[in-house]
Amino acid sequence: MSEETLSILIVDDEQVVRDSLVHWFTEEGYEVDSSVSATDALAKLAGREFDLVIADIRMQGMDGIELLEKIRAEQLDTSVIVMTGYASVETAVRALKHGAFDYITKPFDPDDLSVVVRNALEQHRLKRENRLLRQQISEDHASLTELIGQSEAMRHVREQIETVAGVDSTVLIEGESGTGKELVARAVHRLSPRRYNPMVVVHCGALTETLIESELFGHEKGAFTGAQYRKKGKFEAANGGTVFLDEIADISLKTQTDMLRVLQEREIVRVGGTQSIHVDFRVIAATNRNLTEIVKDGRFRSDLYYRLNVFTIHLPALRDRYGDVPLLATHFLDKYSKQMNRKFTGFDRSALDLLIAHHWPGNVRELENIVERSVVVGHEPLVRPADLALARSPEGADDLSIEAVERRHIIRVLEDFAWNQTQASKALGIDRVTLYHKIRRYGLKPPAKPVRA
Amino acid sequence: MILAPIGDFPEELLARLSRRTGIPVGPSRVDPAVAWNSTRRQCDSTRLLVELKTRYDGEVMGAAACDLFIPVLTFVFGEAEMPGRAALFSIHRLREEFYGLPGDAELLENRALRELRHEMGHLHGLPHCSDWSCVMSSSHSIERVDNKKEGYCPECSERLKRRMTFAQFR
Repeated sequence: MSEETLSILIVDDEQVVRDSLVHWFTEEGYEVDSSVSATDALAKLAGREFDLVIADIRMQGMDGIELLEKIRAEQLDTSVIVMTGYASVETAVRALKHGAFDYITKPFDPDDLSVVVRNALEQHRLKRENRLLRQQISEDHASLTELIGQSEAMRHVREQIETVAGVDSTVLIEGESGTGKELVARAVHRLSPRRYNPMVVVHCGALTETLIESELFGHEKGAFTGAQYRKKGKFEAANGGTVFLDEIADISLKTQTDMLRVLQEREIVRVGGTQSIHVDFRVIAATNRNLTEIVKDGRFRSDLYYRLNVFTIHLPALRDRYGDVPLLATHFLDKYSKQMNRKFTGFDRSALDLLIAHHWPGNVRELENIVERSVVVGHEPLVRPADLALARSPEGADDLSIEAVERRHIIRVLEDFAWNQTQASKALGIDRVTLYHKIRRYGLKPPAKPVRA
Repeated sequence: MILAPIGDFPEELLARLSRRTGIPVGPSRVDPAVAWNSTRRQCDSTRLLVELKTRYDGEVMGAAACDLFIPVLTFVFGEAEMPGRAALFSIHRLREEFYGLPGDAELLENRALRELRHEMGHLHGLPHCSDWSCVMSSSHSIERVDNKKEGYCPECSERLKRRMTFAQFR
């Protein structure tokens, strides 16, 4: 028996044909449904997916070719075989030109029908598998190589990801811009049982209220000016996978109400539509703002906040895990050197000092951009301070206060003596206890050896 | 279940199939004329199923010699209600003579036995099996009929047993 039951929709206005084919394909082990007209078929296709549609060309009202055109226009993920009572090259060419997988003439030889259907379903399966694998490869790459860091905070984040991935609960990721919230979301999805289904991303902050509704819930043809075709929303497109809602704090109160309903009912209604559609997804939301405060201000529904805040992962700012800076910088240097075919082997001592001491208001994203630029402008084999376009920031490397200079200096000396505090204190001309207090005061920790997450 | 001969199905083959399957032969022959389509020169298989159900109250397996068809297909080796109580098969395309070869009674009997068991599986709700050697694998050509064994694969066998036990208590 096959592991997955494939579904077929038969479309023919003759009852005897529908009955015979439904019976035949049921015996073959497929899940079969039938439609008396193309209009009825489109209504069924709107409610659920079929792997294959077998449609007669000549039907009253909308004919098979028109049905085929609509299926293609709406980008429905289904293969189509057309059938006719009259064999003609012209009709066959028309059908194939409009994207039919194949064309068969009634009555069919049972073996021919069986082969054509098997081939169509095989092609459908391969296309779907190919799409999923491509997506998975890029996700694997992102989740496995870019969640870098040996700091305690990043270890904790990875532990949390592993804990929550397997359970199907909603995850809220908090963290400043550029800390890698989407990477964490992808890692959760990648390690979850939903990994073979898609993860769709919605950047809530980038969309207006009307756009976000249509983006999330989809729309029917003619729902608004410009809606030429029916479009599936992100919740529908996730189809057993994950929906990642980035910058969730930016959505309007109205959309919050709609979203709360979807999270509770697991049903959506497309914009301009009336039919409720069941949707299966997991939500991962992310924010760079303090949601509790926005809830207090009345700009975010508390009931939606509690729905989203089932499991929270807090991503540390880069300045709070400065020990990871050398690891991350080396990783990005390798990545861009390979991409641009350059031969950088590392950073010189003072360049690395600058990177460690920088305040990183833009977090890992800022670090990545700076390293990428240094690969473009620098001279191999080592990146030098002049190659780093570090923005001036009051608390960063350009901070000339005594404290900031002292902090940078202590880090540099500690690094020089591989964090041997006795030797470092001698070099600094202070006793070990004073150095110990300064290390605690500045929150300094030895960087871990480069290990990829 | 009753094994019901249709038209001029050979008496001796009927007796041998009855002996090998343990299914008793029904009292009267069904006339295929009710299902004859003069344009296609074949018998409408679905129409024969209706006729079998009219004649017999319990489970019935029709054994036909005429060529069978359903409207969308050029021919069928057999047909069954799935699940239901009536099924039939034909030996028309199981004969070597149909393919221009000399007759072979033993081969015909083995092919007929496979088709009978195949339709019986459908009758008890079994769909086609992906195991090519199982009698429930789909066979739309004589080569495929010859490729499979006379019995059910362990999985289909188990399912059939369960469904038949369940049917007894229905």
